[in-house]
Amino acid sequence: MSDTHAQTVAYVRDTMLPAAAPPLRESGAVRWLRENLFSGPVNTILTILGLLIVWFLVATFWDWFAHSVWNASSLSECREIIAATWGEGARGACFAVIRERWNQYVFGFYPQSLYWRPTMTFGLLMVALAPVLFSASLTIRRVVLVITAVVTLWAMSVLGAPVGWLLFSAAVLVAGLLASERNIAWLLPFSAIYPLLGVWFLWGGSLWGPIFVLVGPLLGWVAWRMLSGVSPLLATVAALLVTLLFWMGLAGEAARDAENILSLSIESVRSDRFGGFLLSLTIGVAGIALSLPLGIMLALARRSDMFLIKSLAVIFIEFIRGVPLITLLFVASLLLNYFLPPGTSFDIILRVIIMVTIFAAAYMAEVIRGGLAALPRGQYEAADALGLDYWKAQRLIVLPQALKISIPGIVSTFIGMFKDTTLVTFVGLYDPLKSMSDAVRANIAWKGIYWEPFVFVGAIFFLICFGMSRYSMYLERRLQRGHR
Amino acid sequence: MMTDVSASADPPFRLSMLVNDRRYRSLTFQVIVFILVMAGLWWLIDNTVRNLALMGKSFNFGFLFQRAGYDIPQTPIPYTSDDTHLRAAAVGLLNTLIVSILGCIAATVLGVIVGVARLSRNWLFARLMTIFVEIFRNMPLLLWILIIYAIFTEILPPPNAYRGENPAASMILFDHVALTNRYTSIPTLAMTHDPGSLDLGARVTFNWATIAFVVALVGGWFLRRVLLSHAQSVQDRTGERPLTWWRSLAVMVLPSLFLIWYFGLHLKAPTLQGFNFTGGLNVSNGLVALWLALTLYTAAFIAEIVRAGILAVSRGQSEAAFALGLRPNRTMSLVILPQALRVIIPPLISQYLNLTKNSSLAIAVGYMDLRGTLGGTTLNQTGRELEAIVLMMLTYLVLSLIISAAMNVFNARVKLKER
Repeated sequence: MSDTHAQTVAYVRDTMLPAAAPPLRESGAVRWLRENLFSGPVNTILTILGLLIVWFLVATFWDWFAHSVWNASSLSECREIIAATWGEGARGACFAVIRERWNQYVFGFYPQSLYWRPTMTFGLLMVALAPVLFSASLTIRRVVLVITAVVTLWAMSVLGAPVGWLLFSAAVLVAGLLASERNIAWLLPFSAIYPLLGVWFLWGGSLWGPIFVLVGPLLGWVAWRMLSGVSPLLATVAALLVTLLFWMGLAGEAARDAENILSLSIESVRSDRFGGFLLSLTIGVAGIALSLPLGIMLALARRSDMFLIKSLAVIFIEFIRGVPLITLLFVASLLLNYFLPPGTSFDIILRVIIMVTIFAAAYMAEVIRGGLAALPRGQYEAADALGLDYWKAQRLIVLPQALKISIPGIVSTFIGMFKDTTLVTFVGLYDPLKSMSDAVRANIAWKGIYWEPFVFVGAIFFLICFGMSRYSMYLERRLQRGHR
Repeated sequence: MMTDVSASADPPFRLSMLVNDRRYRSLTFQVIVFILVMAGLWWLIDNTVRNLALMGKSFNFGFLFQRAGYDIPQTPIPYTSDDTHLRAAAVGLLNTLIVSILGCIAATVLGVIVGVARLSRNWLFARLMTIFVEIFRNMPLLLWILIIYAIFTEILPPPNAYRGENPAASMILFDHVALTNRYTSIPTLAMTHDPGSLDLGARVTFNWATIAFVVALVGGWFLRRVLLSHAQSVQDRTGERPLTWWRSLAVMVLPSLFLIWYFGLHLKAPTLQGFNFTGGLNVSNGLVALWLALTLYTAAFIAEIVRAGILAVSRGQSEAAFALGLRPNRTMSLVILPQALRVIIPPLISQYLNLTKNSSLAIAVGYMDLRGTLGGTTLNQTGRELEAIVLMMLTYLVLSLIISAAMNVFNARVKLKER
């Protein structure tokens, strides 16, 4: 071979030239610009258009943000400061309103001496969420829990929490951290009782109420244990009956008697004192926690073989999805006392939570139904082939996969629901967006301040909602098993 | 060896089989649920009846035929305060429909543009569109409604700022639109030869010109269908497709152009008379703010749907189309779009439904929609919460069902035909 070459080809290169650097226009920033911004006439026009938009936004908003004032006690004082610093006629934001009304935006009309209680509630919420939300990575858990512990304890001591409660939450936070180091599942019992604890912290009153609410399921469990040998179905029915009967008949009386014997009360706070982000977060967290299980049940009911169950689920879901949330909130505020026995009335926040929950659950049911439908039939058949009964098949095989598929939809439903908590303003509750800002403007010092509250409240909502959507992406990546 | 199946198949019925036998268990369960649901319903109805009796109220819709006694700023059909509550509710429903339809159209246009732009190869533009989508999706709709409404009421000049030799404000779009802090004044359509109106009864009228335009457009569309099917049959017969584009353009456009000339249709710009604009249509800022906010908010969601739909069509499809020699626009219309639409349409339907339901946030800007009339002033004046809210919810429900039914018909046309 090589001989032939040597005879027929005049010149053969035997050393390689050193690699030359690419031409300037084909490398570095210039190449990036050519490829991404100026690859053709259309692209160039789009770039110019984009630059114009950016320039317009900056020109409109830059000086307003740059001239912002953070320290003033009224809008007129803000304007004086801006005029003095930046010259007559200068525009500027007056974020001093956020600084001055911070407490009102965060806690609403909650008694000032008790601000530490919502703070503690939301600090402990992170501990309760740890085994549910950040169970995978020890590092993330450590970071979240340490930050939570430091911030919560600092805020509580600043807000003047009693030493006893400070020690209590410190103990819970440290226990949470220790459990997270060893085995995060140890925290699950705390997550289970947290809802009752949270309600007690926020609304106050006697601890005996939540305790006896807990006793109900406990008695139910005892009944289930005693009867489960006889017949599983009978045991379940008995457990449900025992729990319900205990709640309806005995719990209230027992809580009152126990309170008379040994008082375990903290100062109670009425629902109309709630407002601001405390209200949004309370409704949002409760709605999220309740709507997922309800949505799962509705989705399963809608896919049930039983005609009656299926039709009831369809009617319920389509009805709820067919009407605006605002009308449901009106039902909660105006009509519920028609539907309940004469003379009964219950808490407006609870009514709103119920309505928001069933609204979100109907949407959730459709999202999860999509996930159930997307699951290959073989999975259902495999579960049947293993001899699993319906609930075992759903719990062990179907739902884990279906829920994984529906994560993006579930989280968008959560985000939508959290945004919808602002609508409670129309039934007279003090949401941070409208009612609270109107209340701030009602004061002569802040009359006419519009944009700063909008920017502030919008930014908080953006952070929470954007955080949720990023979390769902993380969860999707984490749960991905790579089979496609 | 054969065994006698029938002999062992049916053991005698025992009561425990209702629970333990799979054949009967679901029946037992359904009967129990049915009894529970009926008991719950009976409990609710019984409570309602007792509560109504205690309050001395009755459940009837007679109030709908009483005099309403309140004014509505925007009335698509003639309405005065002497009309009935029923007519007020109808006006409210029409107002809901107006803002919903305008919102759906604008949101679709904007959403498609943003969704496609997010896929653009232009780095800057794609990032800007991402920011737009994330900002509007992650903040409450109510915030956008309030902000846009505040921009209209707090920043825009009052109508009298347009007065005088050197006015402080000037009209935009070639002196056709005036933005003020009370209303947005836009031009109206005027005719030099008004053909009069068709009276439908109940003081609802339709201008003959409107009917003529609808007939011309529908007729043109129908003629175009005939033309295209004729072209198809010629192509099937001879293998050559006759040129159709100028004919279909002509049947679509010429009748309308003729009608515009015949009726002398022109735009009539608003002019300032005294302190207010007259001659044009003064659209309340409530409607404009609500429409803009619904459009921007829903467009962000539609953009994501469109983007996902286009991404769902695999690259191989467009490559195959190019390999077949199709030009890019034919590839788009024949290969990519039909497949992307299949993915896009179902979530798009639910966005339209959401927009319609979200239009009830009109309460925040004082726009008199269905909730503002039937569920607002009528409810407060007559004190009939139960009837008004039930009627309002049923109306919204029927509206939602109609929209989803109509869109499902459309969806059935574009979806994958499995044979």
